[in-house]
Formats: sequence, structure tokens, C-alpha cells
Amino acid sequence: MTDKNIPIIETVDLHKSFGSLQVLKGINEKIYSGEVVTIIGPSGGGKSTFLRCLNLLEEPTSGTVYFEGNALDSKSTNLNQHRQKIGMVFQLFNVFPHLTALENITITPILEKKIPKEQAEKEAMELLRQVGLEDKANEYPRKLSGGQKQRLAIVRAMAMHPDVMLFDEPTSALDPEMVKGVLNVIKGLAESGMTCVIVTHEMGFAREVSDRVLFIDGGIVAEEGTPEEVFDHPKNPRTKEFLSQVL
Amino acid sequence: MGKGILEVFIQYWPVFLQGALGTLKFAAIAVLGGTVVGTLVSILHLSKNRLLSGFAGVYVNVLRGTPLLVQMYISYFFIPMVIPALNSIDKIYYVLFALTLNSSAYVSEVIRGGINAVDKGQTEAARSLGMSAKNCMIRIILPQAIKNILPALANEYIAMIKETSLAGTFMCYELMYTRTLLANKYLVWQPLFIIAAIYLVMTLSLSWLVKVLEKRMSVSD
Ligand SMILES: Nc1ncnc2c1ncn2[C@@H]1O[C@H](COP(=O)(O)OP(=O)(O)O)[C@@H](O)[C@H]1O
Ligand SMILES: [Mg+2]
Repeated sequence: MTDKNIPIIETVDLHKSFGSLQVLKGINEKIYSGEVVTIIGPSGGGKSTFLRCLNLLEEPTSGTVYFEGNALDSKSTNLNQHRQKIGMVFQLFNVFPHLTALENITITPILEKKIPKEQAEKEAMELLRQVGLEDKANEYPRKLSGGQKQRLAIVRAMAMHPDVMLFDEPTSALDPEMVKGVLNVIKGLAESGMTCVIVTHEMGFAREVSDRVLFIDGGIVAEEGTPEEVFDHPKNPRTKEFLSQVL
Repeated sequence: MGKGILEVFIQYWPVFLQGALGTLKFAAIAVLGGTVVGTLVSILHLSKNRLLSGFAGVYVNVLRGTPLLVQMYISYFFIPMVIPALNSIDKIYYVLFALTLNSSAYVSEVIRGGINAVDKGQTEAARSLGMSAKNCMIRIILPQAIKNILPALANEYIAMIKETSLAGTFMCYELMYTRTLLANKYLVWQPLFIIAAIYLVMTLSLSWLVKVLEKRMSVSD
């Protein structure tokens, strides 16, 4: 489906400002198929903004985001169709409270991909089973724990058969005992070959799953490399300082 | 002092009843019409197009920032003046027109508020899945907004019951107009208390009904 030489996501000189606040100051990154990239860095450094630019939830002030070779902001690009292939998981889950777990998963495939309801439900049940939620299919989200909501949010995105998954601090809002279940689901995805971009404060997890780690600070990628390079031999003093605070 | 309040009510209750029914009818028409127009206005107001949302903003501000009575007078005298073809229409429609537009401004704010109160994360999740803006609004946002909107709309109806009293100024047969009718029979003060009592019964019982329905809705939530 995708040419291995074309990055799934490429950002070119990506800038983003909110009013006079410059949040992203020129980010050039390429993320290739099958890669697992984690993003670490201090709060307010622009990690979420960067991630949200990748599916144009935030519109870049300048610079371009390419998805599978297509400029996302181009007039001729069908943004909705591209977004279907870019799954996103949010810190606060954002599951749909008025829909059951099953409907949360099936609504978009049925509406936007015209998948027959029966088929969509069959697939959704299989996804729920994979994350241990098959008995919650007909529950509304208010009956689910935080960890269950987040696992639901992950399979909701997976039901669109994305080519890449973006995670924005997927476990930051969870009670400690829920974290592991969610991280295991993400790890499973990563190991199955799904391209993942993960903003996280879970350093052990980042070290374990990443092919590449980006340290974003002050709106730029201040350091990047393999987990060993970044965690064990950081070059940038800012990285060292950050790691000494969180490790 | 003349006759007592009870005596007047017993003698003239059909007059008051007709007035009360007129009031309920006017309020219903204004709120129903106001809901249709107000929905459109709120859609304009929420639109990304600056011109459309700006127009809606001005519309809402003008109608909420000027007295309903003034709006009724303008509608009543000015519209037939500039569009003579409309002269043959029953005058009551001019009053209803002003009531409806006035109501639409408040209703559009109720709807806009209800939509804005839905967590932004809901839109972000839906759009990140690749859902179109239209489907996101219809399938994700509105079903959640409706829970905020319905009780507020009911309250708007209750408020409108009081507002319609101004229509009596233009000899539309609603509750307040019964004052004029009975003043002709030299009953000046008694009808006022009866009218006040009937308004109170109508608004309080409707408020009560709204509360009951709200409780039902939150149980099914
Ligand atoms: N929608 C917004 N409007 C204004 N400022 C914002 C907005 N989103 C983020 N910011 C600001 O941008 C900076 C970076 O935020 P963010 O990307 O969320 O950082 P991180 O995820 O690394 O903590 C912060 O100073 C934040 O306050
Ligand atoms: Mg963040």
C-alpha cells in the first residue's frame, strides 16, 4: 500500500504560534512505516501541539505536514479521508458518552467508510475482545474505568485501519493501577508493526518500545536518537537536566 | 371599590380563560417559530465564515439589546408602511412576527450555548477519526447538546408566556388584553390581580413540569 521510501509522516519547517506565543519553531521530522517514535520533554515544550499538527487538529502557522507524500493542507487533499488513516488517542480518552462501547467503535466506519453495520459490529467485537472489553460492548462509557475507556479509545481508532497511530500522553490521566493495561495494548500494537508516535512521560516504556526517541523542548527537537543514545548518553544539557528530573 | 375579585372571576371567567389560551398560543407560536429561526441563526453564528457569524451576532445583539415592545411597534407600524401589499394581513401577525424574531435571538443563544458546552475533545476525537464536520455535528455534538438545550428551551417558553403580555397593547386577545376589555366595564383593579394569579399559575406549573422532566432525563442518563 505504501512505498517504504516515502515517510508515512513528514514535517517540513513546521511552525505553530498561538497569537504571539511561538510554540513550534521549525520541526523537520520523518516517520517511516513500522517505526515507533516516542516524544519526551518538559511540559509546555510543544509535544502535544506537534502531535496535533500531524493530523491538522492544529493548523500549522507555516511549514507543511505530508502524510504518505500528500501535503495535508493542500486544497486538493481530502483531509477526512487522510485522517481516517491517522488514528489518535487522547490523554482524556474523549470516548463518546452517548454511545455504547460498540457504537463508539462502529459509528465512524459505518458513516464514513460505508461498512455494513453487521460487518462493522463483527470487527468491533473482535477488537473489544483483543483488549478484554468484549463483555462491555453494550455498556455506556460512564460504566467504564479510565483504563477501559482508554482501551476503548484505542480500538475505536484501530477500527479505521489506520496506517499510523498518534498517542498524546495516553496514560497520564489514569490511576496507577490502570497504566499497565493500557501500555500493554500500545506495546502490542507497536510489536505488531503499527507505526506509532507516542508522547509519554513513562520513560521505562519509552525505552522499551521505541525505535527512536525525540526530545522536544522549547518548540524544537532538541535531541533525538535511539533509546540508548538519548537515555544513556544524552548530548544536550537540556536533555540531561530533563532526564535527571524524571528518572 | 365595587365588586370583589372572586365575584369578578366567577362572572367573567370565560373572558380570562380565552385570554389565558391566547397567551399560551402566542407563546407556543413564538417559541416554535423562534426555535426554527433560532436554529438557523445559531448555525450561522457557529459558522467559520466571518460574514455569516458576524451577521448572526448582530442579529442576536440587536434583538436582545432592544425592548420587545419597541420591536413590536416597529413591526406593527413600519412593515406595512414600507410594504403596502402586506396591509391586508391581520395585524396580529405583525405582533407575532416580532415575538418570533425576539424569541429566535434567545433560542439561538440557548442552542449555541448548548453546543459550545459540549467538550471540545468530542469534536477532536470525531474529526481525528475522519468524521466529516456535518456527521460530527449531527451524530456526536447535537445528541450531547440537546440535554442542555431542552430544559433551557422550556424555560424560554416560560419566559415567553410573560413577554406575550405586551401583545395586549396591540389588542391581540391574550391574557393582558382582558384588562382592557374589563376596564370598559369599569372593572379596573380586580382583573389585574386575577391576571397576575393566572400568569403565576401558568409559569409555576410549567416550571414544575420542566423540573420533573429534567429529573426523568437525568435518570435515563
Ligand atoms: N490552543 C492553544 N491556545 C493557546 N496556547 C496554547 C494552545 N495549545 C497549547 N498552547 C500553549 O503552547 C505551549 C505548548 O503546549 P503543548 O504543546 O500542550 O506542550 P506539551 O504537550 O509539551 O506540554 C504551552 O505554553 C501552551 O500553553
Ligand atoms: Mg501535552
